[in-house]
Amino acid sequence: MSPDFLNLIEVILNGLMAGIMYALVALGFVLIFKASGIFNYAQGVMALFAALTLVGFQTGQVPFAHLINAIFGTNVHHWGDGMNTFLAILLTMGVMILFAWLVERFVLKHLVNQEPIILFMATIGLAFFMEGFGDLMWGADIKNMDVGLPSGGSFWWEDVTKTWAAEGAEYYGMYIDVLDVWAAGIAILLVIALTLFSQYTKTGRALRAVADDHQAALTVGISLRSIWVVVWSIAGFVALVAGIMWGSKSGVQFSLSLIALKALPVLILGGFTSIPGAIIGGLIIGVGEKLFEYTIGGMIGGATENWFAYVLALFFLMFRPQGLFGERIIERV
Amino acid sequence: MSASADRAAKIGDTMLEVKDITLSFGGVKALTDISFDIKEGEIRAIIGPNGAGKSSMLNVISGFYHPQQGEVWFNGKKRGPMKPYQVARQGIARTFQNIALFKGMSTLDNLMTGRMTQMKTNLFWQAIWKGPAEKEELEHRERVEHIIDFLGIQAIRKTPVGRLPYGMQKRVELGRALAAEAKLLLLDEPMAGMNLEEKEDMCRFVLDVNDEFGTTIALIEHDMGVVMDLSDRVVVLDYGQKLADGTPDEVRSNQAVIDAYLGVSHD
Amino acid sequence: MFYREAGDFKTSYASDQQTFPIKLDRYFVWGVLAIAFLVIPFVINDYWEKSVLVPFLVWAMAALGLNILTGYCGQVSLGTGGFMAVGAYACYKLMVAFPEMNMFLVVILAGLITAMVGIAFGLPSLRIKGFYLAVATLAAQFFLVWLFNKVPWFYNYSASGQISAPERTVFDIAVTGPNAPPWATYLFCLILVVVFAYVARNLTRGRTGRSWMAIRDMDIAAEIIGVPPLQAKLSAFAISSFYIGMSGAMFFAIYLGSAEPTEAFGIDKSFLVLFMVIVGGLGSILGSFLGAAFMILIPVLLKNIMVGVLGWPADLAAHIEFLLIGALIMIFLIAEPHGLAQLWRVTKEKLRLWPFPH
Repeated sequence: MSPDFLNLIEVILNGLMAGIMYALVALGFVLIFKASGIFNYAQGVMALFAALTLVGFQTGQVPFAHLINAIFGTNVHHWGDGMNTFLAILLTMGVMILFAWLVERFVLKHLVNQEPIILFMATIGLAFFMEGFGDLMWGADIKNMDVGLPSGGSFWWEDVTKTWAAEGAEYYGMYIDVLDVWAAGIAILLVIALTLFSQYTKTGRALRAVADDHQAALTVGISLRSIWVVVWSIAGFVALVAGIMWGSKSGVQFSLSLIALKALPVLILGGFTSIPGAIIGGLIIGVGEKLFEYTIGGMIGGATENWFAYVLALFFLMFRPQGLFGERIIERV
Repeated sequence: MSASADRAAKIGDTMLEVKDITLSFGGVKALTDISFDIKEGEIRAIIGPNGAGKSSMLNVISGFYHPQQGEVWFNGKKRGPMKPYQVARQGIARTFQNIALFKGMSTLDNLMTGRMTQMKTNLFWQAIWKGPAEKEELEHRERVEHIIDFLGIQAIRKTPVGRLPYGMQKRVELGRALAAEAKLLLLDEPMAGMNLEEKEDMCRFVLDVNDEFGTTIALIEHDMGVVMDLSDRVVVLDYGQKLADGTPDEVRSNQAVIDAYLGVSHD
Repeated sequence: MFYREAGDFKTSYASDQQTFPIKLDRYFVWGVLAIAFLVIPFVINDYWEKSVLVPFLVWAMAALGLNILTGYCGQVSLGTGGFMAVGAYACYKLMVAFPEMNMFLVVILAGLITAMVGIAFGLPSLRIKGFYLAVATLAAQFFLVWLFNKVPWFYNYSASGQISAPERTVFDIAVTGPNAPPWATYLFCLILVVVFAYVARNLTRGRTGRSWMAIRDMDIAAEIIGVPPLQAKLSAFAISSFYIGMSGAMFFAIYLGSAEPTEAFGIDKSFLVLFMVIVGGLGSILGSFLGAAFMILIPVLLKNIMVGVLGWPADLAAHIEFLLIGALIMIFLIAEPHGLAQLWRVTKEKLRLWPFPH
């Protein structure tokens, strides 16, 4: 095989890996949208917040240290050496569940029956709130996330692919980040777990019932409010996983919350209600933007990843407004 | 006898004709080979059990659904493929089964929107307001005020329609359709969900509109008493097919219609 | 008791249809305008110009624009920042190409250019709705900002990639550049905003406004009763972009003086304007002003209290500001989805009855 062709494969592979990361965030959107019809813009910030909290617990930061210092003139920052990673993850999950409960109690409960677009804007408000709150609690500096996942290029893969090149060609093997492979594996496990959960547990069934028809679900005695808490907790869990993955990859920082924006075109492609759609949409966007940047991006100034996904989604919408897996919309009066 | 002779004299030539309309969604046939006509000045009822395809038929006439087969003739001309708003401009106004008012707007604005098809000033004059735009606005306001008087809804002129009770909303919706001063008025279950008094009011309005303005009316209604009293001719649909077509009396005695409504005994 | 409409009879439809049907309201508005035009220019200083009045006017213009699109026509847009960038760059290119041109004309032309770009990005709205459309407008936001970053023609090949406003005049009085006096920049913005607020009011109360609201409230029914959706939606996009483009031009030329696209016209600006519209009141001209004032004044106030009075570090204050703004948005959506404008209306209704509530 020629090096050019191998390079192309490398681009596609890396696109697939990036796509899985997008899908991971999109998954959280789909869960909440299915269960409550809310388009949760705050999903990205939830990932950031979860990552911040996890790192905070791990390294033993004092929450709100900045604020305490400003008010009392003290100088606190850490309460110890931090805690075991596993324990920290459990505690963070606890925080996310608490958060889900608070959101239901103080926001969603009061917005029942509002138009979807109002709910959407409320989640934008929620995103701002959480961003301020997360920074206030843990500080806004860039943090390192280390939960023991391996990272860096895979030498084994590099050696294997080196032998694929044609005899005598200048080719040094493909680069693939081990972390990405792990992320892919974890994402697949997550999807399997979620599918099993929704198919084979009582809560899962209730969840699907609510997704299908709120009112009918209410009449058979499903508590909408507790379902929402469950859904937001699961979305919080997905956000935690996404936060760990993205955080390990590029550090825990503000830009993490912007992956929410990247997940939007993924959802447009996959449809808002389909879990497989979210995965496939993510893969298409991931591969598409990497390929576009590799082939055309260089010619027009680069950094096309900033907008490619949205423009792709836009064109896609023009021809198939219901997404890849959505049902055809028949309008009625 | 003289009353019916009066009516017969009022009814003119064919205004709208649908020919062999077939409409399907995916594999589901909503309408199969439906043909009927509506004559100028008459009140034409379309009846049939739920799911018979009545509203689909109105949607075809409004240009909202495009049938796979068949033709619509209006004013003696075959209608090409048309957008709904172009149909409205030709002079067909309508109301909807589930009230489709503009909830954020006042009664007055809803009615003024009904006159949309007749307002002409361009964006520039509208931006300046003083001059042609204001003049046009006032002219149309006056026409709309006539309709408000006619329907007796003066008191709710400035109320956002979302706050009005159901019966009032139905009345405002009729007003919005009237405001268009259309030649043909399509009413989709104008009396659904009303109490007796409201129904009587609505019947009066329908008859008055037909009498005073000479507007042709096609209406869908489930209340057979109303249908038989109001309409000149009735077309009956069932499962997307035409069962019968004729005067109320003819339809009432039609065996197929009786079977469709009362069911057939299978012994 | 004092604020009431009893005895204020209307004898013609014209007087019934005017913008402020109640006499006291009319006096109040004339009073505000008189102060804005005749008093403030004489007392304005640099601080008030740069931190309060000019930004308020600039963002009020943007909020008017977005309110036309989102509040009146029901099409949510997250591309405001991108359209402001179009206005800013169009303004810059015009200023450089025609140094003699009156600045009012420059800003209006920049608005017209933005309107055309707005129409192009509004085309998808004919097929897609709701937040699908919101995502589509994100394409405008990111693509436009990228474009102004990457194509050197837009910033006249300057080494820094920035654009900066040269000194330009209105009737020989400088309104841009470092030497422009505060009263001149203020009056320049004020005139534009007042004139175009009046235009917005006219458009929204007439045929066009009703076609927008009809599309917003029930698009299918609107089309069936004769509102052409293409014309209604595209005109909303065009006019909204026109306003946003003018605001972008003012933001760059008058307020910032020099700009770099990613920093000045990022997605955060889109959200800021959206918040103004929500807080102020969707579908209300007055609301656009109230929302802009609120979102401009709150940060100034918070910063003065936390940094100035309490002596907290600026970054901490910024976090708390984020948190409070997010909370305020949610509180508004829960307690008063129609925004400050609705609160104002309710207060007026109460006032009419006061002091005899029965």
